[in-house]
Amino acid sequence: MTERYSEMPQQPERDEAVIRVQGLVNRFGDNVVHEGLDLSLYRGEILGVVGGSGTGKSVLLRSIVGLKRPNDGTVEVLNQRLSESQRSQVERRFGVLFQRGALFSSLNLQENVALPLIEHAKLSRQEAEYLARIKLSLVGLPPHAARQFPESLSGGMVKRAALARALALDPDILFLDEPTAGLDPIGAAAFDQLLLTLRDAMGFSVFLVTHDLDTLYAACDRVAVLSQKRVLVVDTLENVAKTNDEWVQDYFNGPRGRAAQRSAGPTSSQE
Amino acid sequence: MPNEWITQQGERVSLHGEWTLRHYAELKRALQQQGQLSSASLSLPGFEELDTAGAALIVELLGVEKTKQIGDWANDLPQVQQALLIRIAEAMDAPLDSPPPRPNRISEALATVGQQMVALGSQQRQLLAFIGLVLATFTSLLFRPRHWRITATVAHIQQSGLNAVPIVALLTFMVGAVVAFLGATVLQDFGATVYTIDLVAFSFLREFGVLLAAILLAGRTASAFTAQLGAMKSNEEIDALKTLGLDPIELLVLPRVMAMLISLPLLAFVGMLSGLVGGAVVATLSLDISVSQFITTLQKDVSVTHFLVGLSKAPVFAFVIAVIGCLEGFKVSGSAQSVGAHTTSSVVQAIFMVILIDALAALFFMEMGW
Repeated sequence: MTERYSEMPQQPERDEAVIRVQGLVNRFGDNVVHEGLDLSLYRGEILGVVGGSGTGKSVLLRSIVGLKRPNDGTVEVLNQRLSESQRSQVERRFGVLFQRGALFSSLNLQENVALPLIEHAKLSRQEAEYLARIKLSLVGLPPHAARQFPESLSGGMVKRAALARALALDPDILFLDEPTAGLDPIGAAAFDQLLLTLRDAMGFSVFLVTHDLDTLYAACDRVAVLSQKRVLVVDTLENVAKTNDEWVQDYFNGPRGRAAQRSAGPTSSQE
Repeated sequence: MPNEWITQQGERVSLHGEWTLRHYAELKRALQQQGQLSSASLSLPGFEELDTAGAALIVELLGVEKTKQIGDWANDLPQVQQALLIRIAEAMDAPLDSPPPRPNRISEALATVGQQMVALGSQQRQLLAFIGLVLATFTSLLFRPRHWRITATVAHIQQSGLNAVPIVALLTFMVGAVVAFLGATVLQDFGATVYTIDLVAFSFLREFGVLLAAILLAGRTASAFTAQLGAMKSNEEIDALKTLGLDPIELLVLPRVMAMLISLPLLAFVGMLSGLVGGAVVATLSLDISVSQFITTLQKDVSVTHFLVGLSKAPVFAFVIAVIGCLEGFKVSGSAQSVGAHTTSSVVQAIFMVILIDALAALFFMEMGW
C-alpha cells in the first residue's frame, strides 16, 4: 500500500541477529559511558539488560533506536547499517516503551495508539481507532479505558497503554525501558506474563532494560550485564549468575536475587 | 476471484499471502468483493506474513468462537500464527467500545454556561480566601523577624523587579513619545502645542507609568510565579513542605508578594520618568520645545498630587498580581498541561484585575477631586 514499506529490509532468518552493536562508544564530555561495547539481539528472544545505576543502560537503548548519535561504533539493525536517511524506514519496525509511558497527554488512549496507524499506515481514523481498540484489549485494558486520557490512569494502565502504542505498527523489535518500575508486584508479574504471551503470538524480539529481578527470571531468554563501560557478560540467566564478578554476585545472589530465584523456581515460565 | 490474498477453487476458499497492516485497505476491499464466505469451506494453508491487523480481519471473518478452536481445523497453519489468531480472538471477544452517551446540545450548552458561572463565583471566593490567608500569615509573622525570608525576597526582587527595568523603561519611553506626538497633532489646531507637556505629564504621572508597569509585570511575573509554584505542586514539593511542618504561604507566597510590593512602585517610578523623557525627546526634536522649557512647565503646571495619586495604586496592583500568580500556581493539578492552562489563566486574570482596579480608582480620584 505504501511503497515505503516495501523498501524495507528483508525478513532475517531465525537465529539471526536483528540488532548487532559493535564497538559502540558513547561520551558525554569527559564522562565515557560506553567504550567498545558489543551486543547482539537475536530474532524472537527477550534480552534483559541489567547494570548498576549510571552504567548506561538507557543510553544504550537510546543509541540503538537513534535518539542519541553514538560517538563511535556501528549499530546494525536487521542487517543494515543505519544511515540517517534509512533510519525513518527502520524506525517503524521498532516499538519503544518509555520508562514513564510517554503517552501523549492531549490524546485519549485509542487516539494515542491510532496516531501511528493513521500517520504511517494511512488508515482512515475510524479503521485506525478500531485497530487501536483491539490493541488496547490485547494488552488487557477494559473497553471504557479507550476514551480515557492518560492523566486519569494508574501507573499499571499507563504502562499497558504505552505497550499497546509500542505495538501499534506490529514492530519486529520491541524496546522496553524499565517496564515494571513503579508497578506493584502483582501488576509487574502480569506485565511479564503479557509480554511472554505477546512475544509467543507475534514473534517480536525484545530489548528489555530492567532492574526487576523477577522480570529477569520470569521473562528473559538471555541477560546482558553492563559494567565497566561494556557488556561484561551475556548469556542465559543461570550462566550469568555464575559469573565471577563482584557486582554480578551481589546482584543475583544477594537477598533479593535469591528471593526472585526461589519464586521463579521450578515453575519457571521459560516454557 | 483469484488475487494475492484469496483464492477460490470450486467450493474451497483459501487465504494466504501477506495479511499485514500495509495491505489493510486492499484486504478489506478484497474481502468485500468476495462477499459472503462460508467459513466451513475455508482453508488456511499458512500465511507468508500475518500481523495483528490481518489477524483482526480474519477473526472478523471467522467469528471469535471458530478462531479460538483454530487448532482443531487448520492444522497447516504455523503455531505462531495460530497463537496470534487465538490471542486476537480473545482480545476481540470483550466488547471493544463503550461509546460515550450523546447528550442534548442545548442542555449541554446551558450546563456549560452554568458551570462557567459557578466556576467564576468560586474562583472569586477562592481569591478572597487566599488574600485573607496571605494577610493573616503576614500579620502573624510581622513581629517575628526570624521568619522573614530575606534571601528569597531579595532574589525575587531581582528577578521580577531589577531584571524588568530595561523592558519597562523602553516600553514607557516609546508610549511617552507616542502620546506626545498624538497631543501635538490634536493641540496644534488650537495653537496650543505647548500643552503637550501637560498631556504627557498628567497621563504618565497619574495613569500610564504605573499601569504599563503593572501590565508588564502581570505578563512577566504573574506567569512566572504560577509556573514556578505549579511545577512545585505537580512535583509534590508543596505537599512535601506541608508534611515537613512548613508553611508554603510563609516560604513561597510571602517572599513573592513582598518582592512585588517593593518592585512595582519602583518600576512605576521608572516608568513615569521614562515616559516623561520620551515626551521630552519628541517635544525637543519635533515641536521646538526646549528641555529647560519642558522642565519649567512641569514644575509650574503639574502638582505633586498627581505623582502621589499614580504611585498610590502601585502597591495594590502589586499585591493583586502576586496573589493571583501564586494562587493559580497552587491550583495546578497533576500534569504539565495543567501548568500551562493555569499560567494562561493567571496572566488573563491579573491583567483584567489591574485594569478593573485602575478604572475604579480613576472614578474615585475624580470624585474626590484629587
